[in-house]
Amino acid sequence: MALDWIKRAFQHLSSVVWLLIGTAREAGDHMARGRLPFRASVFFEQTDRAGVGSIPLIVMVSWFLGLTMALLTGYELRPYGQERLVPGLVAVGFTRELGPLMTGIMLAARIGAAFTAELGTMVIGEEVEAIEAMGVGALRFLVAPRLLAVFLLTPCLVVVSDVAALCGGALISKMQLGMSFRYFGHTALDSLFVHDILDGVLKSFLFGLLIGLIACYKGLTIRGGAAGVGEATTTSVVTAIAAVIAFDSLFNLIRF
Amino acid sequence: MHPVMEMRDVEFAFDQKKILDGVSLRAEQGDRLVVLGTSGSGKSTILRQILGILHPQRGSVFFQGQEVAKLERRQLSQMRGRIGMVFQYAALVSSLNVRDNLALPLEELTDKPADEIEKIVDEKLALVELTEAKMKMPAELSGGMKKRVGIARALVHEPELILFDEPSAGLDPVTAVVIDDLILDLSAKTNVTAVIVTHLMQSALKIATQMAMLNEGKIVAEGTPDEMRASSNEIVQDFLAAAGEKS
Repeated sequence: MALDWIKRAFQHLSSVVWLLIGTAREAGDHMARGRLPFRASVFFEQTDRAGVGSIPLIVMVSWFLGLTMALLTGYELRPYGQERLVPGLVAVGFTRELGPLMTGIMLAARIGAAFTAELGTMVIGEEVEAIEAMGVGALRFLVAPRLLAVFLLTPCLVVVSDVAALCGGALISKMQLGMSFRYFGHTALDSLFVHDILDGVLKSFLFGLLIGLIACYKGLTIRGGAAGVGEATTTSVVTAIAAVIAFDSLFNLIRF
Repeated sequence: MHPVMEMRDVEFAFDQKKILDGVSLRAEQGDRLVVLGTSGSGKSTILRQILGILHPQRGSVFFQGQEVAKLERRQLSQMRGRIGMVFQYAALVSSLNVRDNLALPLEELTDKPADEIEKIVDEKLALVELTEAKMKMPAELSGGMKKRVGIARALVHEPELILFDEPSAGLDPVTAVVIDDLILDLSAKTNVTAVIVTHLMQSALKIATQMAMLNEGKIVAEGTPDEMRASSNEIVQDFLAAAGEKS
Protein backbone atom coordinates (compact mmCIF):
# COMPACT_ATOMS: atom_id res chain seq x y z
CA MET A 1 0.00 0.00 0.00
CA ALA A 2 2.67 2.51 1.09
CA LEU A 3 4.92 1.23 -1.68
CA ASP A 4 2.16 1.83 -4.24
CA TRP A 5 1.64 5.35 -2.93
CA ILE A 6 5.37 6.11 -3.17
CA LYS A 7 5.48 4.61 -6.68
CA ARG A 8 2.54 6.74 -7.79
CA ALA A 9 4.05 9.85 -6.22
CA PHE A 10 7.28 9.31 -8.17
CA GLN A 11 5.31 8.69 -11.38
CA HIS A 12 3.50 12.02 -10.91
CA LEU A 13 6.73 13.78 -10.05
CA SER A 14 8.49 12.49 -13.15
CA SER A 15 5.45 13.42 -15.29
CA VAL A 16 5.56 16.97 -13.92
CA VAL A 17 9.26 17.18 -14.77
CA TRP A 18 8.51 15.90 -18.30
CA LEU A 19 5.75 18.46 -18.63
CA LEU A 20 8.28 21.19 -17.93
CA ILE A 21 10.81 19.70 -20.35
CA GLY A 22 8.16 19.16 -23.04
CA THR A 23 6.89 22.71 -22.70
CA ALA A 24 10.41 24.14 -22.90
CA ARG A 25 11.19 22.02 -25.96
CA GLU A 26 8.00 22.98 -27.80
CA ALA A 27 8.54 26.65 -27.02
CA GLY A 28 12.21 26.34 -28.03
CA ASP A 29 11.27 24.74 -31.36
CA HIS A 30 8.91 27.58 -32.11
CA MET A 31 11.52 30.18 -31.17
CA ALA A 32 14.04 28.44 -33.42
CA ARG A 33 11.67 29.27 -36.29
CA GLY A 34 12.07 32.94 -35.40
CA ARG A 35 8.71 33.25 -33.67
CA LEU A 36 7.55 34.14 -30.20
CA PRO A 37 7.16 30.98 -28.09
CA PHE A 38 3.47 31.74 -27.58
CA ARG A 39 0.94 34.47 -28.27
CA ALA A 40 1.81 37.63 -26.35
CA SER A 41 -1.90 38.33 -25.88
CA VAL A 42 -2.41 35.00 -24.08
CA PHE A 43 0.60 35.67 -21.86
CA PHE A 44 -0.63 39.15 -20.89
CA GLU A 45 -4.12 37.81 -20.28
CA GLN A 46 -2.64 35.28 -17.87
CA THR A 47 -0.39 37.82 -16.14
CA ASP A 48 -3.39 40.07 -15.67
CA ARG A 49 -5.33 37.19 -14.20
CA ALA A 50 -2.57 35.78 -12.02
CA GLY A 51 -1.01 39.11 -11.10
CA VAL A 52 -3.34 42.06 -11.13
CA GLY A 53 -6.35 39.91 -10.28
CA SER A 54 -4.62 38.50 -7.20
CA ILE A 55 -3.49 41.84 -5.76
CA PRO A 56 -6.64 42.67 -3.71
CA LEU A 57 -6.66 39.27 -2.00
CA ILE A 58 -2.92 39.30 -1.31
CA VAL A 59 -2.96 42.88 0.00
CA MET A 60 -5.89 42.17 2.29
CA VAL A 61 -4.58 38.90 3.75
CA SER A 62 -0.99 40.18 4.11
CA TRP A 63 -2.12 43.45 5.68
CA PHE A 64 -4.09 41.59 8.33
CA LEU A 65 -1.27 39.12 8.91
CA GLY A 66 1.29 41.91 9.29
CA LEU A 67 -1.02 43.68 11.67
CA THR A 68 -1.58 40.53 13.75
CA MET A 69 2.11 39.69 13.80
CA ALA A 70 3.04 43.16 15.04
CA LEU A 71 0.25 43.08 17.61
CA LEU A 72 1.24 39.69 19.03
CA THR A 73 4.99 40.28 19.07
CA GLY A 74 4.41 43.76 20.54
CA TYR A 75 2.23 42.25 23.24
CA GLU A 76 4.90 39.64 24.13
CA LEU A 77 7.87 42.01 23.97
CA ARG A 78 6.35 44.97 25.79
CA PRO A 79 6.86 43.59 29.35
CA TYR A 80 10.60 43.35 28.55
CA GLY A 81 10.71 46.81 26.98
CA GLN A 82 11.74 45.28 23.66
CA GLU A 83 8.87 46.45 21.47
CA ARG A 84 11.40 48.32 19.31
CA LEU A 85 12.15 44.88 17.81
CA VAL A 86 8.67 44.62 16.30
CA PRO A 87 9.42 46.33 12.94
CA GLY A 88 12.43 44.08 12.39
CA LEU A 89 10.47 40.95 13.24
CA VAL A 90 7.68 41.85 10.86
CA ALA A 91 10.09 42.88 8.10
CA VAL A 92 12.37 39.83 8.31
CA GLY A 93 9.52 37.42 9.03
CA PHE A 94 7.54 38.54 6.04
CA THR A 95 10.37 39.08 3.58
CA ARG A 96 12.03 35.74 4.23
CA GLU A 97 9.15 33.51 5.14
CA LEU A 98 5.55 34.60 5.44
CA GLY A 99 5.38 36.75 2.33
CA PRO A 100 6.46 34.03 -0.13
CA LEU A 101 4.61 31.31 1.79
CA MET A 102 1.28 33.11 2.08
CA THR A 103 1.47 34.37 -1.50
CA GLY A 104 2.23 30.83 -2.66
CA ILE A 105 -0.72 29.41 -0.75
CA MET A 106 -3.10 32.11 -2.01
CA LEU A 107 -1.93 31.70 -5.61
CA ALA A 108 -2.22 27.92 -5.39
CA ALA A 109 -5.83 28.31 -4.28
CA ARG A 110 -6.77 31.07 -6.67
CA ILE A 111 -4.72 30.59 -9.83
CA GLY A 112 -3.87 26.91 -9.50
CA ALA A 113 -7.55 26.03 -9.26
CA ALA A 114 -8.39 28.23 -12.23
CA PHE A 115 -5.64 26.75 -14.44
CA THR A 116 -6.63 23.18 -13.57
CA ALA A 117 -10.34 23.73 -14.14
CA GLU A 118 -9.76 25.60 -17.38
CA LEU A 119 -7.34 23.09 -18.90
CA GLY A 120 -9.40 20.17 -17.58
CA THR A 121 -12.53 21.47 -19.26
CA MET A 122 -10.55 21.89 -22.47
CA VAL A 123 -9.31 18.29 -22.24
CA ILE A 124 -12.85 16.99 -21.78
CA GLY A 125 -14.10 19.08 -24.72
CA GLU A 126 -11.25 17.59 -26.85
CA GLU A 127 -9.94 21.15 -27.35
CA VAL A 128 -6.45 20.21 -26.21
CA GLU A 129 -6.41 17.23 -28.55
CA ALA A 130 -7.65 19.45 -31.38
CA ILE A 131 -4.81 21.91 -30.79
CA GLU A 132 -2.38 19.00 -30.74
CA ALA A 133 -3.95 17.50 -33.89
CA MET A 134 -3.42 20.78 -35.75
CA GLY A 135 0.30 20.55 -34.96
CA VAL A 136 0.11 23.79 -32.96
CA GLY A 137 1.56 22.21 -29.80
CA ALA A 138 -0.73 22.26 -26.80
CA LEU A 139 2.10 22.60 -24.28
CA ARG A 140 3.55 25.63 -26.00
CA PHE A 141 0.18 27.21 -26.73
CA LEU A 142 -1.59 26.52 -23.43
CA VAL A 143 0.93 25.62 -20.73
CA ALA A 144 3.89 27.89 -21.54
CA PRO A 145 2.11 31.28 -21.17
CA ARG A 146 0.40 30.19 -17.94
CA LEU A 147 3.60 28.81 -16.49
CA LEU A 148 5.67 31.86 -17.36
CA ALA A 149 2.98 34.24 -16.08
CA VAL A 150 2.75 32.63 -12.65
CA PHE A 151 6.55 32.14 -12.52
CA LEU A 152 7.28 35.81 -13.19
CA LEU A 153 4.35 37.25 -11.27
CA THR A 154 4.81 35.39 -7.98
CA PRO A 155 7.91 37.39 -6.89
CA CYS A 156 6.11 40.64 -7.78
CA LEU A 157 3.16 39.60 -5.67
CA VAL A 158 5.48 38.65 -2.83
CA VAL A 159 6.82 42.21 -2.83
CA VAL A 160 3.22 43.48 -2.72
CA SER A 161 2.52 41.10 0.16
CA ASP A 162 5.62 42.29 2.08
CA VAL A 163 4.69 45.94 1.65
CA ALA A 164 1.07 45.32 2.69
CA ALA A 165 2.22 43.41 5.79
CA LEU A 166 4.63 46.20 6.77
CA CYS A 167 1.83 48.75 6.37
CA GLY A 168 -0.44 46.66 8.60
CA GLY A 169 2.36 46.24 11.11
CA ALA A 170 3.20 49.95 11.07
CA LEU A 171 -0.41 50.94 11.66
CA ILE A 172 -0.91 48.67 14.67
CA SER A 173 2.51 49.65 16.06
CA LYS A 174 1.45 53.28 15.92
CA MET A 175 -1.93 52.57 17.50
CA GLN A 176 -0.89 50.07 20.18
CA LEU A 177 2.79 50.74 20.78
CA GLY A 178 2.94 54.45 19.99
CA MET A 179 5.64 53.87 17.37
CA SER A 180 5.86 56.48 14.61
CA PHE A 181 5.57 55.40 10.97
CA ARG A 182 9.00 56.90 10.27
CA TYR A 183 10.63 54.91 13.10
CA PHE A 184 8.86 51.73 12.02
CA GLY A 185 9.99 52.21 8.42
CA HIS A 186 13.61 52.96 9.31
CA THR A 187 13.91 50.10 11.78
CA ALA A 188 12.26 47.65 9.39
CA LEU A 189 14.65 48.59 6.57
CA ASP A 190 17.69 48.53 8.88
CA SER A 191 16.83 45.00 9.99
CA LEU A 192 16.75 43.66 6.45
CA PHE A 193 19.82 42.27 4.73
CA VAL A 194 20.11 41.77 0.99
CA HIS A 195 20.09 37.99 1.45
CA ASP A 196 16.75 38.20 3.30
CA ILE A 197 15.19 39.84 0.26
CA LEU A 198 17.00 37.55 -2.17
CA ASP A 199 15.91 34.42 -0.30
CA GLY A 200 12.29 35.54 -0.41
CA VAL A 201 12.43 36.36 -4.10
CA LEU A 202 14.28 33.16 -5.01
CA LYS A 203 11.75 31.09 -3.10
CA SER A 204 8.83 32.81 -4.75
CA PHE A 205 10.14 32.01 -8.26
CA LEU A 206 10.26 28.36 -7.21
CA PHE A 207 6.75 28.51 -5.71
CA GLY A 208 5.37 30.11 -8.87
CA LEU A 209 6.89 27.37 -11.00
CA LEU A 210 5.56 24.65 -8.70
CA ILE A 211 2.04 26.07 -8.62
CA GLY A 212 1.93 26.49 -12.41
CA LEU A 213 3.34 23.05 -13.12
CA ILE A 214 1.06 21.21 -10.68
CA ALA A 215 -2.04 23.09 -11.86
CA CYS A 216 -1.33 22.50 -15.56
CA TYR A 217 -0.38 18.87 -15.00
CA LYS A 218 -3.56 18.16 -13.06
CA GLY A 219 -5.61 19.92 -15.71
CA LEU A 220 -4.06 18.08 -18.63
CA THR A 221 -4.31 14.63 -17.02
CA ILE A 222 -7.96 14.95 -16.05
CA ARG A 223 -10.27 11.95 -16.35
CA GLY A 224 -13.95 11.37 -15.85
CA GLY A 225 -15.91 14.32 -17.21
CA ALA A 226 -17.30 17.17 -15.11
CA ALA A 227 -16.83 15.26 -11.84
CA GLY A 228 -13.20 14.78 -12.83
CA VAL A 229 -12.74 18.54 -13.17
CA GLY A 230 -13.95 19.10 -9.60
CA GLU A 231 -11.79 16.31 -8.24
CA ALA A 232 -8.69 17.41 -10.16
CA THR A 233 -9.15 21.03 -9.07
CA THR A 234 -9.31 20.04 -5.41
CA THR A 235 -6.30 17.73 -5.76
CA SER A 236 -4.41 20.42 -7.62
CA VAL A 237 -4.94 23.02 -4.87
CA VAL A 238 -4.12 20.59 -2.06
CA THR A 239 -1.02 19.27 -3.84
CA ALA A 240 0.22 22.76 -4.72
CA ILE A 241 -0.23 24.04 -1.16
CA ALA A 242 1.51 20.97 0.28
CA ALA A 243 4.32 21.30 -2.28
CA VAL A 244 4.80 25.01 -1.50
CA ILE A 245 5.04 24.31 2.24
CA ALA A 246 7.33 21.30 1.74
CA PHE A 247 9.66 23.17 -0.61
CA ASP A 248 9.69 26.14 1.74
CA SER A 249 10.88 23.89 4.58
CA LEU A 250 13.43 22.26 2.32
CA PHE A 251 14.70 25.65 1.18
CA ASN A 252 15.04 26.83 4.78
CA LEU A 253 16.87 23.64 5.76
CA ILE A 254 19.34 24.16 2.96
CA ARG A 255 19.83 27.89 3.57
CA PHE A 256 20.21 27.82 7.38
CA MET B 1 3.19 6.06 -55.62
CA HIS B 2 2.28 5.75 -51.90
CA PRO B 3 -1.25 5.64 -50.67
CA VAL B 4 -2.09 8.81 -48.72
CA MET B 5 -2.70 6.74 -45.58
CA GLU B 6 -1.97 3.15 -44.83
CA MET B 7 -2.29 1.02 -41.72
CA ARG B 8 -0.51 -2.32 -41.72
CA ASP B 9 -1.52 -4.97 -39.26
CA VAL B 10 -1.96 -2.47 -36.42
CA GLU B 11 -2.44 -3.76 -32.89
CA PHE B 12 -3.23 -1.50 -29.97
CA ALA B 13 -4.32 -2.34 -26.43
CA PHE B 14 -5.27 -0.09 -23.55
CA ASP B 15 -5.35 -1.34 -19.97
CA GLN B 16 -4.86 -4.88 -21.32
CA LYS B 17 -7.98 -4.55 -23.50
CA LYS B 18 -7.27 -5.03 -27.19
CA ILE B 19 -8.72 -2.05 -29.07
CA LEU B 20 -7.24 -2.76 -32.51
CA ASP B 21 -6.29 -6.27 -33.50
CA GLY B 22 -4.42 -6.54 -36.79
CA VAL B 23 -6.13 -3.65 -38.57
CA SER B 24 -5.00 -2.94 -42.14
CA LEU B 25 -6.48 -0.03 -44.10
CA ARG B 26 -5.47 1.99 -47.12
CA ALA B 27 -6.72 5.28 -48.54
CA GLU B 28 -5.59 6.45 -51.97
CA GLN B 29 -5.70 10.02 -53.26
CA GLY B 30 -9.30 11.24 -53.45
CA ASP B 31 -10.73 8.24 -51.57
CA ARG B 32 -13.41 8.64 -48.94
CA LEU B 33 -12.69 5.69 -46.70
CA VAL B 34 -15.43 5.10 -44.16
CA VAL B 35 -14.70 2.92 -41.15
CA LEU B 36 -17.93 1.64 -39.69
CA GLY B 37 -18.44 0.08 -36.32
CA THR B 38 -20.40 0.13 -33.13
CA SER B 39 -19.53 2.55 -30.32
CA GLY B 40 -16.36 1.42 -28.54
CA SER B 41 -15.20 -0.72 -31.46
CA GLY B 42 -11.95 1.26 -31.80
CA LYS B 43 -12.91 3.58 -34.68
CA SER B 44 -11.70 6.81 -33.09
CA THR B 45 -8.48 5.07 -32.04
CA ILE B 46 -7.74 4.59 -35.75
CA LEU B 47 -7.85 8.36 -36.29
CA ARG B 48 -5.60 8.99 -33.29
CA GLN B 49 -3.13 6.42 -34.68
CA ILE B 50 -3.05 8.23 -38.02
CA LEU B 51 -2.35 11.55 -36.26
CA GLY B 52 0.37 9.98 -34.12
CA ILE B 53 -1.43 10.88 -30.89
CA LEU B 54 -1.42 7.16 -30.13
CA HIS B 55 1.17 4.74 -31.49
CA PRO B 56 0.54 1.09 -32.40
CA GLN B 57 2.07 -1.55 -30.17
CA ARG B 58 2.51 -3.71 -33.27
CA GLY B 59 2.24 -2.93 -36.97
CA SER B 60 2.70 0.44 -38.66
CA VAL B 61 0.80 3.52 -39.75
CA PHE B 62 1.99 5.46 -42.78
CA PHE B 63 1.10 8.92 -44.01
CA GLN B 64 2.37 9.71 -47.52
CA GLY B 65 4.83 6.83 -47.19
CA GLN B 66 6.31 8.03 -43.89
CA GLU B 67 5.92 5.81 -40.85
CA VAL B 68 4.16 7.98 -38.27
CA ALA B 69 5.66 6.30 -35.19
CA LYS B 70 9.19 6.91 -36.47
CA LEU B 71 8.74 10.65 -36.96
CA GLU B 72 10.55 12.98 -34.60
CA ARG B 73 8.55 15.47 -32.59
CA ARG B 74 9.13 18.29 -35.06
CA GLN B 75 8.35 16.10 -38.08
CA LEU B 76 5.23 14.84 -36.36
CA SER B 77 4.09 18.40 -35.79
CA GLN B 78 4.72 19.20 -39.48
CA MET B 79 2.84 16.07 -40.54
CA ARG B 80 -0.14 17.09 -38.42
CA GLY B 81 -0.11 20.39 -40.24
CA ARG B 82 -0.82 18.41 -43.44
CA ILE B 83 -3.80 16.58 -41.94
CA GLY B 84 -7.14 18.07 -41.00
CA MET B 85 -9.21 16.58 -38.21
CA VAL B 86 -12.90 17.12 -37.56
CA PHE B 87 -13.77 16.05 -34.03
CA GLN B 88 -17.01 14.40 -32.96
CA TYR B 89 -18.19 17.51 -31.12
CA ALA B 90 -16.12 19.92 -33.22
CA ALA B 91 -13.68 20.67 -30.34
CA LEU B 92 -13.52 24.38 -31.13
CA VAL B 93 -11.29 26.34 -28.76
CA SER B 94 -13.95 27.83 -26.51
CA SER B 95 -12.01 30.99 -25.66
CA LEU B 96 -11.59 31.94 -29.34
CA ASN B 97 -14.28 33.14 -31.73
CA VAL B 98 -14.98 31.40 -35.02
CA ARG B 99 -12.54 33.60 -36.95
CA ASP B 100 -9.73 32.96 -34.47
CA ASN B 101 -10.46 29.23 -34.38
CA LEU B 102 -10.01 29.06 -38.14
CA ALA B 103 -7.00 31.35 -38.20
CA LEU B 104 -5.24 29.49 -35.35
CA PRO B 105 -3.29 26.92 -37.42
CA LEU B 106 -2.45 29.51 -40.07
CA GLU B 107 -1.20 32.09 -37.57
CA GLU B 108 0.73 29.55 -35.53
CA LEU B 109 2.22 27.38 -38.25
CA THR B 110 2.64 29.54 -41.34
CA ASP B 111 4.19 32.89 -42.23
CA LYS B 112 1.17 34.01 -44.22
CA PRO B 113 0.39 37.72 -43.97
CA ALA B 114 -2.70 38.80 -42.03
CA ASP B 115 -4.72 39.78 -45.11
CA GLU B 116 -4.12 36.41 -46.74
CA ILE B 117 -5.18 34.61 -43.53
CA GLU B 118 -8.33 36.74 -43.47
CA LYS B 119 -9.06 35.79 -47.08
CA ILE B 120 -8.59 32.07 -46.39
CA VAL B 121 -10.82 32.26 -43.30
CA ASP B 122 -13.57 34.00 -45.30
CA GLU B 123 -13.22 31.50 -48.13
CA LYS B 124 -13.53 28.46 -45.85
CA LEU B 125 -16.42 29.96 -43.92
CA ALA B 126 -18.19 30.59 -47.22
CA LEU B 127 -17.56 26.95 -48.17
CA VAL B 128 -19.47 25.78 -45.11
CA GLU B 129 -22.00 28.63 -45.49
CA LEU B 130 -21.21 30.26 -42.16
CA THR B 131 -19.89 33.65 -43.15
CA GLU B 132 -22.32 35.39 -40.81
CA ALA B 133 -20.97 33.46 -37.80
CA LYS B 134 -17.40 34.73 -38.20
CA MET B 135 -17.25 36.77 -35.01
CA LYS B 136 -19.41 34.48 -32.87
CA MET B 137 -18.08 32.50 -29.94
CA PRO B 138 -18.43 28.68 -30.05
CA ALA B 139 -20.97 28.81 -27.19
CA GLU B 140 -23.29 30.83 -29.43
CA LEU B 141 -23.37 28.16 -32.17
CA SER B 142 -25.68 25.17 -32.60
CA GLY B 143 -24.27 21.63 -32.83
CA GLY B 144 -24.52 21.62 -36.62
CA MET B 145 -22.88 25.03 -36.94
CA LYS B 146 -20.04 23.95 -34.64
CA LYS B 147 -19.49 20.89 -36.78
CA ARG B 148 -19.36 23.04 -39.92
CA VAL B 149 -16.87 25.41 -38.30
CA GLY B 150 -14.87 22.33 -37.31
CA ILE B 151 -14.84 21.24 -40.96
CA ALA B 152 -13.82 24.73 -42.11
CA ARG B 153 -11.01 24.76 -39.53
CA ALA B 154 -9.78 21.38 -40.73
CA LEU B 155 -9.62 22.75 -44.28
CA VAL B 156 -7.84 26.07 -43.73
CA HIS B 157 -4.36 24.72 -44.31
CA GLU B 158 -5.36 22.76 -47.43
CA PRO B 159 -4.74 19.32 -45.89
CA GLU B 160 -3.74 16.27 -47.91
CA LEU B 161 -5.88 14.10 -45.69
CA ILE B 162 -8.94 14.96 -43.64
CA LEU B 163 -10.17 12.82 -40.77
CA PHE B 164 -13.78 12.88 -39.60
CA ASP B 165 -14.73 11.47 -36.23
CA GLU B 166 -18.45 10.64 -36.30
CA PRO B 167 -19.43 13.63 -38.46
CA SER B 168 -23.17 13.08 -38.00
CA ALA B 169 -23.13 12.14 -34.33
CA GLY B 170 -25.35 14.20 -32.06
CA LEU B 171 -27.08 15.97 -34.94
CA ASP B 172 -30.72 15.87 -36.00
CA PRO B 173 -31.33 13.83 -39.21
CA VAL B 174 -31.72 16.92 -41.39
CA THR B 175 -28.43 18.49 -40.22
CA ALA B 176 -26.75 15.08 -40.48
CA VAL B 177 -27.70 14.96 -44.17
CA VAL B 178 -26.39 18.51 -44.63
CA ILE B 179 -23.03 17.45 -43.15
CA ASP B 180 -22.90 14.36 -45.39
CA ASP B 181 -23.62 16.54 -48.42
CA LEU B 182 -20.95 18.96 -47.30
CA ILE B 183 -18.38 16.15 -47.12
CA LEU B 184 -19.32 15.03 -50.64
CA ASP B 185 -19.20 18.61 -51.89
CA LEU B 186 -15.76 19.24 -50.34
CA SER B 187 -14.45 16.02 -51.75
CA ALA B 188 -15.69 16.94 -55.24
CA LYS B 189 -14.27 20.48 -55.02
CA THR B 190 -10.89 19.74 -53.43
CA ASN B 191 -10.27 16.03 -54.22
CA VAL B 192 -8.97 15.72 -50.66
CA THR B 193 -8.59 12.21 -49.26
CA ALA B 194 -10.87 11.55 -46.30
CA VAL B 195 -11.03 8.92 -43.59
CA ILE B 196 -14.38 8.98 -41.86
CA VAL B 197 -15.38 6.92 -38.85
CA THR B 198 -19.06 6.53 -38.12
CA HIS B 199 -21.63 4.10 -36.79
CA LEU B 200 -24.30 5.21 -39.26
CA MET B 201 -24.60 2.83 -42.24
CA GLN B 202 -26.85 5.15 -44.21
CA SER B 203 -24.39 8.00 -43.98
CA ALA B 204 -21.50 5.65 -44.78
CA LEU B 205 -23.17 4.26 -47.90
CA LYS B 206 -23.83 7.77 -49.10
CA ILE B 207 -20.38 9.30 -48.67
CA ALA B 208 -17.94 6.37 -49.01
CA THR B 209 -15.89 5.34 -51.97
CA GLN B 210 -14.38 2.58 -49.80
CA MET B 211 -15.77 1.06 -46.61
CA ALA B 212 -14.43 -1.13 -43.81
CA MET B 213 -16.44 -2.72 -41.01
CA LEU B 214 -14.66 -2.80 -37.66
CA ASN B 215 -15.83 -5.20 -34.99
CA GLU B 216 -14.03 -5.89 -31.71
CA GLY B 217 -10.86 -4.35 -33.08
CA LYS B 218 -10.84 -6.38 -36.31
CA ILE B 219 -11.79 -5.48 -39.88
CA VAL B 220 -14.49 -8.05 -40.66
CA ALA B 221 -15.55 -6.77 -44.09
CA GLU B 222 -14.38 -4.18 -46.61
CA GLY B 223 -15.15 -2.98 -50.09
CA THR B 224 -17.08 -0.40 -52.05
CA PRO B 225 -20.58 0.57 -50.86
CA ASP B 226 -22.08 -1.81 -53.43
CA GLU B 227 -19.83 -4.65 -52.26
CA MET B 228 -20.87 -3.96 -48.69
CA ARG B 229 -24.52 -4.03 -49.65
CA ALA B 230 -23.93 -7.47 -51.15
CA SER B 231 -21.82 -8.71 -48.23
CA SER B 232 -22.93 -11.83 -46.43
CA ASN B 233 -21.10 -10.84 -43.24
CA GLU B 234 -23.50 -11.01 -40.32
CA ILE B 235 -22.42 -7.70 -38.75
CA VAL B 236 -22.67 -5.87 -42.06
CA GLN B 237 -26.12 -7.41 -42.51
CA ASP B 238 -27.15 -6.15 -39.06
CA PHE B 239 -25.98 -2.62 -39.88
CA LEU B 240 -27.76 -2.71 -43.25
CA ALA B 241 -30.95 -3.92 -41.62
CA ALA B 242 -30.73 -1.22 -38.96
CA ALA B 243 -30.29 1.38 -41.69
CA GLY B 244 -33.35 0.06 -43.53
CA GLU B 245 -31.23 -1.11 -46.46
CA LYS B 246 -32.29 -4.73 -46.02
CA SER B 247 -35.38 -6.30 -44.56
